[in-house]
Amino acid sequence: MSEDREQPSPVTWDSGIAIKPVYRASDVPQVVAADGEPGEFPYTRGIHPLMYRKRPWTIRQYSGFGTAAETHERFLYLIKHGNTGLNVAFDLPTQCGLDSDDPMAEGEVGRVGMAVDTLADIEEAFDGIDLNDITVSLTINGAAIPIMAMYFAMADKRGFPLRELRGTAQNDILKEFIGRGTWIFPVEPSLRLVGDTIEFCAREVPHYSPVSVCGYHIRESGATPAQEMAYGLAIACAYVEHVRARGLDVDEFAQGISFNFDIFGNLWEQVAKFRAGRRLWARIMQERYGARNPRAMQLRMIAGGGGGGLTVEQPLNNLVRSAYYALASALSGTQTMALCSYDEAFTIPSEQAARLSLRTMQILMLEVGACDTVDPLAGSYFVEASTAEMEAKIRTIMSDVDAEGGIVRAIAEGRVQADVNRQAYERQRRVDRGKIKKVGVNCFADDGAEPDVEFHPYRREKADEQVARLQAVRAKRDGAMVARTLEALARAAREGRNVMPAAMDAVKAYATVGEVCGALKQVFGTYKEPIRF
Amino acid sequence: MTTSSNASSEPAAATRPPEPIRVLVAKPGVDGHDVGAKLVCRALMEAGMSVVYTGLRQSPEAIAAAAREHRAEVVGLSIMSGAHLPLCEKVVASLRQAGMDHAVLMVGGVIPARDREALAALGVSAVFGVSATLDEVVRWVEQHGRRAP
Repeated sequence: MSEDREQPSPVTWDSGIAIKPVYRASDVPQVVAADGEPGEFPYTRGIHPLMYRKRPWTIRQYSGFGTAAETHERFLYLIKHGNTGLNVAFDLPTQCGLDSDDPMAEGEVGRVGMAVDTLADIEEAFDGIDLNDITVSLTINGAAIPIMAMYFAMADKRGFPLRELRGTAQNDILKEFIGRGTWIFPVEPSLRLVGDTIEFCAREVPHYSPVSVCGYHIRESGATPAQEMAYGLAIACAYVEHVRARGLDVDEFAQGISFNFDIFGNLWEQVAKFRAGRRLWARIMQERYGARNPRAMQLRMIAGGGGGGLTVEQPLNNLVRSAYYALASALSGTQTMALCSYDEAFTIPSEQAARLSLRTMQILMLEVGACDTVDPLAGSYFVEASTAEMEAKIRTIMSDVDAEGGIVRAIAEGRVQADVNRQAYERQRRVDRGKIKKVGVNCFADDGAEPDVEFHPYRREKADEQVARLQAVRAKRDGAMVARTLEALARAAREGRNVMPAAMDAVKAYATVGEVCGALKQVFGTYKEPIRF
Repeated sequence: MTTSSNASSEPAAATRPPEPIRVLVAKPGVDGHDVGAKLVCRALMEAGMSVVYTGLRQSPEAIAAAAREHRAEVVGLSIMSGAHLPLCEKVVASLRQAGMDHAVLMVGGVIPARDREALAALGVSAVFGVSATLDEVVRWVEQHGRRAP
């Protein structure tokens, strides 16, 4: 008996929630009774009535490198091995709106993703891939206008009706100012361009998701899971409010806003984060914005990655980590999953590593029963109590942001960045000192030399090939048409009209990513980073 | 400032000149991953150094100009994309042109062992991989950041 009364050491999640050693029925909050069925408001238990019993999550590994031809080959490989969607990685020059022959692009062309300069590259990358079977996610933000325009133009040129086109663009520029850093234009015009894509898709490409709001990169930059969800939802609200101000009803466009969240860290904390996030988003959409369309209230997400939890040390441990992260994602009712591969802490995944990530998800899906029943953790004293606590935490962070002038201002002034960075620092210090345990890093570590890394081979001749290809396209296209369409694009930007139709005309004339972004830069200028610590 | 980081720099205090070591931390090229660069900035600041961070997407010329303006004794480059060899080569050339080649150059990021020799040949004095702790970086700058006048 006396042993039972001893106090165990305290457990507190990163999000600041203290965890009891035992949960009881009395811990379950009243709100759970109001949660209703899966597929019903407020969707705590999932956005579909039957979830994985009807359709398992989409497997969509992030991939792309070198030229469009090389990436096309990797796409076919992944599809052959069971990828049911594609998630395109672009190289850094493309992501920053620079052509492959820009001096700033030197050494980076095709390195961390596929190089795209013109529509010709997009056409080659997706050649022969059935746009009905395989939904494509474009991980593009700063340069979303030319890349989305190219993707739509490619479909259009193939005769695929845009009204039936499915897929997602990441296109969440606000989080790029916090983490990831592929911004181009200042904050306000960047927000306006996201608004243009949402409005355009609501009218012309209604099944396409023009924005995937990323708590992910905010978490990777040092935010806690509660902040990840809170900042993510606050950013989503900023897009919603911006588009509503144009006179659109949320029921017309909010179904186009999806989400991207991270899965590394404490298993239960992720589960609580996702269940709470879904409930809160539905309430916000209904109560604050008057949504009636269920699809406008449902938090649809990719929950995956987990890169922040992986280590260079003892890299095979990352396989085990990702399997647990994948479990968190499945238990949370995600729509789409992707996993960082075990070598992804230091390189573009090898084919073997990419295949192991696929197999990790497939084993979870097909062998161990992750798809057996909807929201299997519902009703657990612990999970329900922590979901409610997480919701309260997220709400508090969101009201604090609102009270201080809103998320757009907080980002423009660099306040979110400073907060997140300070936390990353404190966390790193705790890892360095062994206060936060990382297996193979600060406990059970190998003796001796620092672990080495091996890179995915970077082939300079492929970059040269890309530059030559770009120059050939430039030589062949109708220069006058390019100039005319770019001028029309700049005019639309200046006059506050939606830039998407003009951007599509420009890329169809084979204007480059750099030229399209250049035309917009003339009007909007470029972002100046606030350096705050 | 945390007391622990002061304590760890204590042994060097007796020999340390009164002026703080001036460090420029830069992100060359187009890589947007700046968590590590900012962690290093903060750690060096806590250790009492004078640190300027350039922000993202800096050209070699801009980095050299910033180094000159800050009279940097140490230039730290953070490169996570794998483009460390071409980028370092260009930054070294720009520093030389700006008359800043006396600054000690260190590089942090995801860097394979086999590239270290080539980096050293370019004039990079230290490479910190992903496994380096913040204290290791601070200690190294304290020991090597100030060349004899």
